[in-house]
Amino acid sequence: MPRRARILARAAQLRAYFEEVGARPVETPVLQPAETLLDLYGEDIRGRAYMTSDALRGELMLRPDFTVPVVQMHMAHGADPARYTYSGEVFRRQEHDPDRDNEYIQVGYEVFDRTDPAAADAEVFTLIAGTLSGLHLRASTGDIGILMAAVAGLETTEARKSALMRHIWRPRRFRALLDRYSGRAPMPATRTALLAAADPMAEAGPQIGLRSRADIEARIEALRFDVAAPKISEREMTALEILLAVRETLPFALERLRDVAVDLPQITPALDRLEARIGALAARGVEVETLEFEASYGRTSMEYYDGFVFGFYAATRADLPPVATGGRYDALTRALGDGTEIPAVGGVLRPGVMLTLEEAAR
Amino acid sequence: MSVKLGVPSKGRLMDKTFDWFEKHGIRLSRTGSDREYSGAVEGIEGVSLVLLSAGEIPRELAAGRIHLGVTGTDLVQEKLPRWEQQVEEIAPLGFGQADLILAVPGCWVDVDTLDDLDAAAAGFRARHGFRLRIATKYHRLVRDFLTDAGVADYQLVDRQGATEGTVKNETAEAIADITSTGETLRANHLKILGDGLVLRSQATLWRSRVAECDATEKAALKALLKRVDG
Repeated sequence: MPRRARILARAAQLRAYFEEVGARPVETPVLQPAETLLDLYGEDIRGRAYMTSDALRGELMLRPDFTVPVVQMHMAHGADPARYTYSGEVFRRQEHDPDRDNEYIQVGYEVFDRTDPAAADAEVFTLIAGTLSGLHLRASTGDIGILMAAVAGLETTEARKSALMRHIWRPRRFRALLDRYSGRAPMPATRTALLAAADPMAEAGPQIGLRSRADIEARIEALRFDVAAPKISEREMTALEILLAVRETLPFALERLRDVAVDLPQITPALDRLEARIGALAARGVEVETLEFEASYGRTSMEYYDGFVFGFYAATRADLPPVATGGRYDALTRALGDGTEIPAVGGVLRPGVMLTLEEAAR
Repeated sequence: MSVKLGVPSKGRLMDKTFDWFEKHGIRLSRTGSDREYSGAVEGIEGVSLVLLSAGEIPRELAAGRIHLGVTGTDLVQEKLPRWEQQVEEIAPLGFGQADLILAVPGCWVDVDTLDDLDAAAAGFRARHGFRLRIATKYHRLVRDFLTDAGVADYQLVDRQGATEGTVKNETAEAIADITSTGETLRANHLKILGDGLVLRSQATLWRSRVAECDATEKAALKALLKRVDG
């Protein structure tokens, strides 16, 4: 059987399995309105997705993943709880690495369920893990929600918290902001001069463009307010650093994070959720004692997740993309839900990568 | 067959390229009428001149249709993914210097760094309901640069020429463009961000890593490279 046919056959098997365990099969259009995805992810997504357009519908994108259209479909007319499965092609523009596929089959399983988020996390993780047994993969887990809770509860201004929150998924900018808010990095000389000026607009020259004088003055006002605000304390900074560096097996990670919570008590509810998840995973037979947890996991590549995150990798094949990834994306349902939201968690598999690994093992 | 040398087909870039080769004892010239893109090579055997637009030269090199080509670093890096694997830099030619920079209106007294730009973009989106527009033709270079810097809430709008005018016309809030002296920017009331240098570019002689050579071509290429090296 040709390779593509084998991948499709495997995808069909996986989808049938998810149907057996209770998921409803869904389809989504290949062409997605670009605006939604651009609004969610910004310009970066243009570097990762194929764009096209027509005169009637404007800019369109070849489906880079299923999650967004599935969430939209559920928010528009799904009744919860709901479990969905799908299988089909996704398209990823490759501008740097010709060895990465620009088109491949994904099979997914998504759960929209309010009753017991920890159980839903464990359900998605174990169902996906179950389909991968025999491939000898390394699993990584994380939880973006802990970092988000830590930021939301910092003893600092709302403006700083929302700037940090906006850059949770951009570790370098996040770091630079923290360094400035804590006084570890000096203020840029240009800003010092601006704030010292009696009339900052004196040398402005003619006012051009859509960003108005009021916009500029509002930002200067915000900068003045920021300079006057107390620095983020060394105690909070150190605790954040320890938090971000946590990389242990699950029970030890929880222990480390409980220590961090002495200085950052705001993460306690998120840690309770982590503890409940560990319990739910153990109840489903996962060996939590050996399962890895990384507090920074998923921060660079999984931008719509805001809670539990996981991935399965072939430890000896760094050249291959992850075989499966997934996580919780409650915030995405809020962003697309038009005032409504629902706890949601899901994951995707790449049958093509599964086949590659099986062939290599033979 | 002969070694194919691609050179920009018009203007200052062509003249200066001709001058540069002349200094190395190779005389390039356009032949026929002004509209006809054909040329002659004197002073070296087995090399033929292909006149192309500077923007086409990177692709021709990457496709192996020309062995050597003169074009800017900016165009090579914008148009060729993994450019190092497709072309080799032989020599910077010392002209056509231009920097790809990010510029914003001079009246944005609160914006001097990428950090400011990011904050301004967030504020702009909140107030105006759409992402701050940056006009450019260098989409890949600019997007990679801004992604790397962690700037969010912007959008790139395509502008192939007269980019500096877009802010005044309110079709963009900022620009990313090539500048050599900054004169045009100042005339349009724009200023360069302190850390907004995306790329430093100049006219450069490139060798295609993929173009095939027979024995004669190999010898001619070797002779030419030796000549321009000295």
